Amino acid sequence: MEELLVKYFRPKLPHIWCPGCGNGIVTASVVKAIDKLQLDQDKTAIVSGIGCSSRASGYLNFDTLHTAHGRAIPFATGIKLVKPDHNVIVLTGDGDATAIGGNHFIHAARRNINLTVVVFNNSIYGMTGGQYSPLTPHRGMATTAPFGNVDRPFDLCELAKGAGATFVARATTYHANLLADLIAKAIEHKGFALVEAITACPVSFGRQNKMGTPANMIKWQRDNAVMVEAMAKMKPEQLEGKFPIGVLHQAEGTEYVTEYQKVIKRAMGSGE
Amino acid sequence: MAKAVLMQGNHACAEGAIAAGARFFAGYPITPSTEVAELLAKRLPQVGGSFIQMEDEIAGMAAIIGASLAGTKSLTATSGPGFSLKQELIGYASMAEVPCVIVNVQRTGPSTGQPTSPAQGDVMQARWGSHGDRGVIALSPSSVPECFTLTVEAFNLAEKYRTPVVLLLDEIIGHMREKFVMPDPASLTIVNRKKPALPPGEFLPYKPEADGVAPMPGYGEGYRFHTTGLVHDYTGFPSGSNAVTHELIERLHTKITNNIDDIVKYEALELDDAEVAVVAFGGTARSAYAAIESARAEGIKAGLFRPITIWPVPEKQLFTVAEKVKTIIVAEMNYGQYVGEVRRVVCGKANVVSLAKWNNDPITPNELLNAIKAGR
Amino acid sequence: MKLKTNVKNCKGCGICVEFCPKKVLELDEVGKIKVAREADCIKCGQCELRCPDYAIFVMRDKK
Repeated sequence: MEELLVKYFRPKLPHIWCPGCGNGIVTASVVKAIDKLQLDQDKTAIVSGIGCSSRASGYLNFDTLHTAHGRAIPFATGIKLVKPDHNVIVLTGDGDATAIGGNHFIHAARRNINLTVVVFNNSIYGMTGGQYSPLTPHRGMATTAPFGNVDRPFDLCELAKGAGATFVARATTYHANLLADLIAKAIEHKGFALVEAITACPVSFGRQNKMGTPANMIKWQRDNAVMVEAMAKMKPEQLEGKFPIGVLHQAEGTEYVTEYQKVIKRAMGSGE
Repeated sequence: MAKAVLMQGNHACAEGAIAAGARFFAGYPITPSTEVAELLAKRLPQVGGSFIQMEDEIAGMAAIIGASLAGTKSLTATSGPGFSLKQELIGYASMAEVPCVIVNVQRTGPSTGQPTSPAQGDVMQARWGSHGDRGVIALSPSSVPECFTLTVEAFNLAEKYRTPVVLLLDEIIGHMREKFVMPDPASLTIVNRKKPALPPGEFLPYKPEADGVAPMPGYGEGYRFHTTGLVHDYTGFPSGSNAVTHELIERLHTKITNNIDDIVKYEALELDDAEVAVVAFGGTARSAYAAIESARAEGIKAGLFRPITIWPVPEKQLFTVAEKVKTIIVAEMNYGQYVGEVRRVVCGKANVVSLAKWNNDPITPNELLNAIKAGR
Repeated sequence: MKLKTNVKNCKGCGICVEFCPKKVLELDEVGKIKVAREADCIKCGQCELRCPDYAIFVMRDKK
């Protein structure tokens, strides 16, 4: 990790995240994936929205763009269309990507545009102090759900798949190496790729939901995440409260930018 | 020599964007601006550019900011409701100093209002629509050829001053077809953003030069710079400092106001001996031309001051007019927006009368002539 | 030296202490990371892998 810090991080540490926040682990996984693939640092853009996780872009030594709340994906779409040979990686949170940015999320998936979207899912709005997000569990506690959350959460991976994403994966910060591998696969994939990273917010979510120390929250991930392949062999009673991790969906599909490049070729050929 | 064609204002706008070097459009269909998008969907790929119809107005604005940061001149087009939706990100473009052009073919509002009738409902929204304090540039063409030249000019100003520039059209100008001769590309002045002279490592992406504007690298050029909508220092990274906040917000204004003589454009017609001046812009100026001609034919000394640059207001020039005339009539297709600015600028030097109309019909030459007669 | 710490980055969350299988690590009197029993370290890398603050590194032999 130490060499990766020198190569891929700006000299801006320590970061702003709270003690025990898993965002640092997810960000490390992103960097490990980039290093594994030996991406050209000058041809990789990191785009983020607003919220705790979206501060990650500022620490990373690339062309980085900290956008407005919910809008990271459309900003990234503009970059990708004019720089088709650049890797465009979006770092966003559950509130940013699925509430205020939910429409952009599904439409980018529908287009199957070649973006890598890493959603740091901490189940809560952390930066504003613990309000429920579209990924807060039903009956979970939040400052705006003092009697328990009435909303039902999205299954983000199912949402992405349903919307047309061609690579969908999930891991947790406990499974940090798996997370890095999945992000690398997502970057390599030609099409819209989602990696949902389950991460702990001990201060704004854990405390309200009595989940204990940061270490305990990571152990909760360990005990409840199951490799999707293993899950298929489990009995229904064993699956109670469990969620799948690994590559959950992968498909071939026409990629938007590649297809648009063909449009340009056709249009330039025809002239006027 | 290019031959003369009949062209509508929205199409001239699209052609102007291509001529200015724009190679990216992202937007959402909305009347009465849609023809800008439709023509660019065809024209951009023909010149190697990209067009994308986004899922909403906000996404269109976001995508053009992203594309411009990456290094490509970009625009979007919209009308009142879409302009409202874009406001947060227009502010982002101001704060992050990302050059881009927003074409707004106005309508009557609030809300969905009157989508298919001429109006100039967004004069104030163009100035104050986004939250917080920022300087803005907005231009208003009054003819089809001017839609072309002012779109080129909008890009030039956006690039020169690293700011969003709004083109305020109205339905008269956007949909009217007029004779248009495509200018020789070699005759056009095209401005491109300043590039850094310093190498990465020494370059500070938000350190302004003497003109108040910092050079701007693109993506993939090795600068690995950071952009944020948060208050930021010269490095581009967030800062909570009072001094940094003060200086940055001030510079977002002064880079416009200190260069106002370079930015403002206006037309002064028959004002030398005028007793009554009409202030009109966009489609409304067309009626004013006719009204002034009629007034002069009747021996009434009337003239026209047409701000081509709506924002910043051509304050000096307007004040000079006010010193000479008795009455200024501000004609606009809204409830009376720009008139407040004119009153502010002329400081009581002339009697300022509002000729405001918001019932879907243009202000007619006769209505203006009557106002001129009353203002003598 | 098997472990290197960067106390400046440490926020004292205790994750490394909890996941160390050999109980090598402790938090010091101001709640920051302290390598208490380095001799017991088996270089498993759990601390480095799980530290959200990039404050502890396992020293690997140069290949």
